[in-house]
Amino acid sequence: MVPTSYYLILSAVLFGLGVVAFVFKRNVITIFMSIELMLNAVNLAFVAFSQARHQSDGQVFVLFVIVVAAAEAAVGLGIIILTARNRQSLNVERVDLLKL
Amino acid sequence: MISFLNANATIVIYFVKIALLLFIVLTVNAYLTWFERKVVAHMQSRWGPHRVGPHGLLQPLADGAKFLLKEDPTPAGVDKFTYFLAPLMALALALTSIAIIPFGPQPLHIFGRDITLGIADLNIGILALFAITALSVYGVALAGWSSNSKYPLLGGLRSSAQMVSYELALTMSVVGVLLLAGSFNLRDIISAQAHHPERGIFGWNVWPQILGFFCFFVAAVAETNRVPFDLPEAESELVAGFHTEYASFKFAMFFIAEYTSMITVSCLCTIMFFGGWLSPFPASWTFTHYLPSLILLPFGLWVIWDGIRYETVFGKIILPGVGTAIAGIGAVLIAFPAVNEFIQGPFWLLAKIFVFLFVYVWMRGTLPRFRYDQLMSFGWKLLLPISIANVVITAFVMLLRGAR
Amino acid sequence: MTPQLAIFFVLAALAVLGALNLILQRHPIHSALSLIVVMIALAGLYLLMGSEFVAAVQIIVYGGAIMVLFVFVIMLLNAGVEERTNVSKLAGVAGIPLAVALLGFLAAAIARSNESAQAGLQSGALANTKEISTMLFKDFVYPFELTSFLILVAILGAIVLAQREKS
Repeated sequence: MVPTSYYLILSAVLFGLGVVAFVFKRNVITIFMSIELMLNAVNLAFVAFSQARHQSDGQVFVLFVIVVAAAEAAVGLGIIILTARNRQSLNVERVDLLKL
Repeated sequence: MISFLNANATIVIYFVKIALLLFIVLTVNAYLTWFERKVVAHMQSRWGPHRVGPHGLLQPLADGAKFLLKEDPTPAGVDKFTYFLAPLMALALALTSIAIIPFGPQPLHIFGRDITLGIADLNIGILALFAITALSVYGVALAGWSSNSKYPLLGGLRSSAQMVSYELALTMSVVGVLLLAGSFNLRDIISAQAHHPERGIFGWNVWPQILGFFCFFVAAVAETNRVPFDLPEAESELVAGFHTEYASFKFAMFFIAEYTSMITVSCLCTIMFFGGWLSPFPASWTFTHYLPSLILLPFGLWVIWDGIRYETVFGKIILPGVGTAIAGIGAVLIAFPAVNEFIQGPFWLLAKIFVFLFVYVWMRGTLPRFRYDQLMSFGWKLLLPISIANVVITAFVMLLRGAR
Repeated sequence: MTPQLAIFFVLAALAVLGALNLILQRHPIHSALSLIVVMIALAGLYLLMGSEFVAAVQIIVYGGAIMVLFVFVIMLLNAGVEERTNVSKLAGVAGIPLAVALLGFLAAAIARSNESAQAGLQSGALANTKEISTMLFKDFVYPFELTSFLILVAILGAIVLAQREKS
C-alpha cells in the first residue's frame, strides 16, 4: 500500500507549483487556473487523510470544495470577461490602475 | 509459450478481450453506416448503396479505403497540438465507454477458465460512463477552436454548449433507475429488473420510469449530436460545423466516435430501461429459448435463396456462403442446448440494441432538425424540470412503498 | 515495488508534469489542457485510494464542467500567446535551489511524522458511496443546503455579469 505521506508530499508539490504559476504568469485566465490547481492539491490532502483515518468526512469536504470551486469559477470568469472587454487586454500587469 | 500464457493468464485474457471487442465494435460501426444509408434510402424510396459488393455490403470497405488514401491536409494557422488532439480524444473516449458495458450474464467456460463477457465490471459503472460523456465535450470544442476558421468555431461552441446543457438532463433522468436498483453497477441494474422473472417484459424499468426513459433518450440523442439535434454539424447549416476543416482520416475518427457513442447510448438504454439481457417472455416459457435459432435458420436460408438469384457472379458466390454460415449457426444452437442457454442473454441484448439503432436511423430519415434557440430552451426549460420531477416522484413513491 | 506503488508513481509523475506544463506553456489553452491532465491524474489517485465516488465527481464536475468553462472563456476572449515577462535572473538562480531545499525539508518533516499510516482501501464502492451520502444527508445537511444556495447566488451573479448594457 502507498503510505499517506507520499500523497501529502505530492499535494505539497502541486500546491507549490500552483503558487509559482500564480506569481509568475501574466495571463489572468492562467492565474485563475493556478487557483484551481491549488484547490485540487488541497482536495488530494483531504482524501488522503480521510482514507488514512477510515472516515468519510474528508471526502464530503472534498465535494463541498468542488462545489465552491465551481461557483467561484463561474463568477470569476464572468468578471474576467468584463474586465478584458473594458481594457482590451488579458495581461494582469495592465490592470494596475483603477482608471481605465 | 503455453506456460507463459498460463502464468499471466489474467493479463492475456484482458488483452484478447480488448482486441476482440475493438475489432467487433469497429466492424459494427462500419456496417452501421451501411445500415443507415440503406434504411434512410429505402425510407426515401431509393436504393442506397447497391453496387459495391452484393447489396452494397462492401461499401464500408470502399469508404474505409477512401478515408485511408485521401489527402490529409492541415490548414494554415491551426494550433497544431490541439488540431491533432481533438479527433484523437473524441475517438479514444468513445471507444473507452464500450469497455464498461456487460454483454452477458454467464461467464464463458473455456480452457478451464471462467471468462466474463465484458471488459470492466465497475462498481461505479454509470458514473464512469457519465465521466466519459463529460470529457467528450472537449473533442468538439477543441476541434472547432483549433481549426482557425469562423464556421468551425461557431459550430464547435454551439455544439459543446448543447452537449453541456443536455448532460444535466441526462444524469438527472438516470437517478430514478439508480433509486430502483440501489447500485451504480450495470449488472446490478439488470439484476434488479429480474426480481420477478415471471413478469417478463412487465418487469423492466421502462414501465415505472417511462418519464425517465424519454428524458434519457432525448438527452442522449442530443449528446451524440444526432438528428434532430445535429444543427451544429449539419451540412446545410454551418458548412459542416466543427469538423469542417478536418479531412480524410481525422474526419473518419470523428465519424467513428459519433457512431460508437450511438452504440453506447443504445446499450445504456437497453441495460437501464429495457432489461438488458433479460428475455421479454416469462421465464417459465422455456420454449422461447429456441427463438434465436428460429430466427437465424430461416434468415440464413433466405440469404442463400436471394444469393442464388443475384445478378452478379460475385454475389452468387458470397451470399450463399454467408447464408450457409448463418443457417449453420442456427442449426448449432438447436443441436447443442448448452450453447443455446449461453447465447440467450447476449442474443436478447443485441436484439434490443439493434432495435434502438434502428430507431436512431429512423429518426435521421424522418425528423427535421431543431433550431438552436429552440434546442437550448427545450433542454433547459422542458427536459431538465421533467427529469427532476421524475426523481422527486420516484423517491416519493419509494418512500411510500418502503413505509408500508 | 507493489503494483499500487508503481501506479502511484506513474499518476504522481503525470500530475507533476501536468502542473509544470501549466507553468511552462505560453498559450492559455495549452495550460488548460495540462490542468485537465492533472485533474484526471488526481482522479486516478482517488481511485487508487478507494474513493470511487469522489474520483467520478472530480472528472464529471471539475474536468467536464469547470474546465469546459475555462476553455469556453479562452475561446471567447481569443486569448493569445503570453508576452515575454522580464523575470530577474537572480530570482531564478537563487530561487530554484531554495525552493527545492524547502520542499526537501517539508517532505522529510511529513515523512517523519505520525502520518505514515497506510492508506487503506475501503471495502467495495457502494460502501464508499453509501457512507458519503449518509454523512452528506445526515451530519452535513446544513452545509449541503447552504451550497445549493451558494450555487443559486453564483448563477444569478453570472447572469448579471453577462448582461448587455441597457442603453
